[in-house]
Amino acid sequence: MAKNKLTTGKIQSIIANLLIVEADGPVSQNEICYIKIPGVQLMAEVIKINGNNAYIQVFESTRGLKVGDSVEFTGHMLEVTLGPGILSKNFDGLQNDLDKMDGVFLKRGDYTNPLEDDKLWEFKAIAKAGDKVFAGDWLGEVKENWIPHKIMVPFKFIGSYTIKSIVSEGEYKINDTIAVLSNEKNEDIAITMIQKWPVRIPIKNYKSKPRPFKIMETGVRTMDILNPIVEGGTGFIPGPFGSGKTVLQHGLAKQAEADLIIVAACGERANEVVEIFKEYPELNDPRTGRKLIERTTIVANTSNMPVAAREASVYTAMTLCEYYRSMGLRVLLLADSTSRWAQALREMSNRMEELPGPDAFPMDLSAIVSSFYARAGYVYLNNGKTGSVTFIGTVSPAGGNLKEPVTESTKKAARCFYALSQQRADSKRYPAIDPIDSYSKYLEYPEFIEYIQKNISSDWIEDVLYTKNILLRGKEAYEQINILGDDGVPISYHLNFWKSEIIDFVILQQDAFDDVDASTPIKRQKYMLKSIINICKNDYNFDSFEEVNHYFKKIINFCKQMNYSDFQSEQFKEYEKKLNTTIEERKIA
Amino acid sequence: METKAFQKIYTKITQVTKATCSLSAPGIGYEELAIINGRLAQVVKINKDIVTLQVFSGTEGIPTNAEVVFMGKPPTLKVSDELSGRIFNAYGEPIDDMPDIQGEEREIGSPSVNPVRREQPSELIATGIAGIDLNNTIVTGQKIPFFADPDQPFNQVMAMVALRAQADRIILGGMGMTNDDFLFYKNVFENAGASDRIVSFINTTENPSVERLLVPDMALTAAEYFAVDKNEKVLVLLTDMTLYADALSIVSNRMDQIPSKDSMPGSLYSDLAKIYEKAVQFPEGGSITIIAVTTLSGGDITHAIPDNTGYITEGQLFLRKDSDIGKVIVDPFRSLSRLKQLVIGKQTREDHPQVMNAAIRLFADAANAKTKLQNGFDLSDYDERTLNFAKDYSNDLLAIDVNIEINKMIDTGWNLFKKHFTPEEVAIKKEFVDKYWPKNE
Repeated sequence: MAKNKLTTGKIQSIIANLLIVEADGPVSQNEICYIKIPGVQLMAEVIKINGNNAYIQVFESTRGLKVGDSVEFTGHMLEVTLGPGILSKNFDGLQNDLDKMDGVFLKRGDYTNPLEDDKLWEFKAIAKAGDKVFAGDWLGEVKENWIPHKIMVPFKFIGSYTIKSIVSEGEYKINDTIAVLSNEKNEDIAITMIQKWPVRIPIKNYKSKPRPFKIMETGVRTMDILNPIVEGGTGFIPGPFGSGKTVLQHGLAKQAEADLIIVAACGERANEVVEIFKEYPELNDPRTGRKLIERTTIVANTSNMPVAAREASVYTAMTLCEYYRSMGLRVLLLADSTSRWAQALREMSNRMEELPGPDAFPMDLSAIVSSFYARAGYVYLNNGKTGSVTFIGTVSPAGGNLKEPVTESTKKAARCFYALSQQRADSKRYPAIDPIDSYSKYLEYPEFIEYIQKNISSDWIEDVLYTKNILLRGKEAYEQINILGDDGVPISYHLNFWKSEIIDFVILQQDAFDDVDASTPIKRQKYMLKSIINICKNDYNFDSFEEVNHYFKKIINFCKQMNYSDFQSEQFKEYEKKLNTTIEERKIA
Repeated sequence: METKAFQKIYTKITQVTKATCSLSAPGIGYEELAIINGRLAQVVKINKDIVTLQVFSGTEGIPTNAEVVFMGKPPTLKVSDELSGRIFNAYGEPIDDMPDIQGEEREIGSPSVNPVRREQPSELIATGIAGIDLNNTIVTGQKIPFFADPDQPFNQVMAMVALRAQADRIILGGMGMTNDDFLFYKNVFENAGASDRIVSFINTTENPSVERLLVPDMALTAAEYFAVDKNEKVLVLLTDMTLYADALSIVSNRMDQIPSKDSMPGSLYSDLAKIYEKAVQFPEGGSITIIAVTTLSGGDITHAIPDNTGYITEGQLFLRKDSDIGKVIVDPFRSLSRLKQLVIGKQTREDHPQVMNAAIRLFADAANAKTKLQNGFDLSDYDERTLNFAKDYSNDLLAIDVNIEINKMIDTGWNLFKKHFTPEEVAIKKEFVDKYWPKNE
């Protein structure tokens, strides 16, 4: 894309944020350009080219633009700046640092530096002069919060390089030269702590990408036990509005076992983003004892911010994740919501007057979604270390209908499916993940089963499948009871139903707003699963179905009180004792 | 909006559709206003020299030689304290036979608030309606619509909320409102002596429908003036957003855009979000809270308008007629206020969340019992008790004519629990049961 002179152009036509620009030189697809109007310049991206006409989408409001206004093309695609200082930042979809902007209202054309040029970082070399290195190899590291942030050979470098010199331990700024590399032609190239990367292209400087197999603990029991997600896995949460999608995502961000979290608030409510901004600096990260914000970066493009930047924001977030994965870290990307991203695609496709696919979405929606999900994964880096990007996206299906194009396209791409059910939400059974409709393909992976058997327990998988079976039997019994009436079915049906209710109330339902119940470590989950399964495996003696209801409600109440108590505390043990006495009352030995 | 001297007048319109006119005019800015034979229009598309104008009041009777004058600016509203107590049309012109107002001219549809500069909404707005305060608490800076069928008394409830809520300023944006409803609001506010803190922007069914598109932006520009410049707590009432969306679809249809779901424009989500996201808590203490009405057809919430709205707003309120008690109640199952977690149990009493959830769960049990009854099955003793509880709960708490203070609502909840159930059946944290379960007299 080397050009002697930058291409310029003049606006020919304006329809909302789509402009047609006549260019006087070469233009490339997805190239970034700026519209120059007095006092400001507005960023835009080429999305279609026809002869000399470039169709560009402007990332800002186009109010007041005129035919004939001049446009300057930059010769590169939409890029992010990668380097120390990304953590704990609040970016917009184009990686502008929102905190650096003046005033309460966003100003058009106000672009800010994503990183700090003046900040000093304590650099320590990992490689030494004379080493042969490739793109993505680690040269040194700085401490970013407490994360060892690796300074790498820029990903864009092709071929092998030799380190000519590398600076000694000390404090440096991001733009200082920390190493000099020489390429195969013996040309010297200075390396700083920052590099740029085009967001729409995956970073692929790793050796291999195996099938993921390590469970990623989330503390959410219905996920960890019934439908686990893995490090480097993909999952999606579709749900009608009001079904607890956002609460669940926030829970994951707070509790999931990851080194760092990137939250992409894509076209969602601003007040929800504010909640993250205000609460994360206060919340403790249970794993490190530090504040949650220290391991979180937020890419916020709320629903009232320009639609084209919303489309870019998910790519920006994913690129940041891939960057940290290359450092051997476990990264979790939460995108809320991928439907808003798809809608942004639809708005643009609509303005370009493309022939529409289903529900007016672009025809290639499915391909775009798949290739985005494919950027997640567990990787072995060239130095043998591992890293992962786990991606969980939410989908907001129109009218709660899971047959709509975004949900269907996502279903093809993601390996875990967490169906939020309106019915569960209506009866306040939160999290409203439907235990029967949801699935995790990872439960079938032999690598995963092996890992679980080694690291949790040998009979865990068996217990999980047993639990799923009880839930299914309970649902069948419930349907029969509804059709035939309480008296019309044998007592065993009631027993089956209530056994599934115990699992629902005690394991699946979790109070996200209770300090103790909000997050359950695997150790406690193991205890709970075993004790509930033991209750379910017992036979009980009842004379009437009313006794069954009453008895199991009592059991559920004790179990719930246990859930609210600290694990193995005095209070906990007291309820455990009461529970055991109650079980003995009717148990058939 | 009078024309100024030396403005260029165009007299050659090349194309007229039902809602738009096109003409050749170089050097025009996007979204600029124009006047065509005295009618207000706005630039919606420019292609080389050809400018397409959306004519707000329709193009009936516009000749090809109509006089077109460009104003060189987007739509604006004059803001000052003089807005208070006044009634305007969709263009921000007074329609109450009082003089024009003086003030600073501001562009409507201003940029969004930087999310990092927002404050977290944290102040409860009490309405006295338990279906709202107890189950779906509303907070300053929130946006929440009533999803209602056209025959439900949403205007009455809105007016009640507006008067009881502790707001400094109320802005009413009426879109496609019948004149009768407009007069209803006017009377209620006047009778309550609240007129002087209310600003109204009204487009009635007698006005052209495309004009409605300006109403929310006008109302919110006025709201931002009071919330930002004056640090006031502003409550904005928008009714009816369904008619607003219908006007959007008319315009996009006239511009030959490809419709998406339910013949709505593909940008419906962004269009609605731009309005609702103006709800904000500012750091200096001012806030904008939006309560809107989205009318449904036949209770269908999967239609594109309520569906997109639901994804933008922080919850929704449903009204329903409860046949057991013959009153309108706030439906506890389908209604939700997403921001209630920020205040319940924090600004309100500690047991508020658990009492709320337990009552709703028991109400759900009653609904199941009712289904059983309808299917001809015998009811258990527990079923009978839930049905009795449901009746009391609807009558004493959910009905919209209830007007009590929040602690009283929570106490009423405990009394109903005690009347019908044992503590185990209610399943609330033990420490709260010990503290609040009503003692025998």
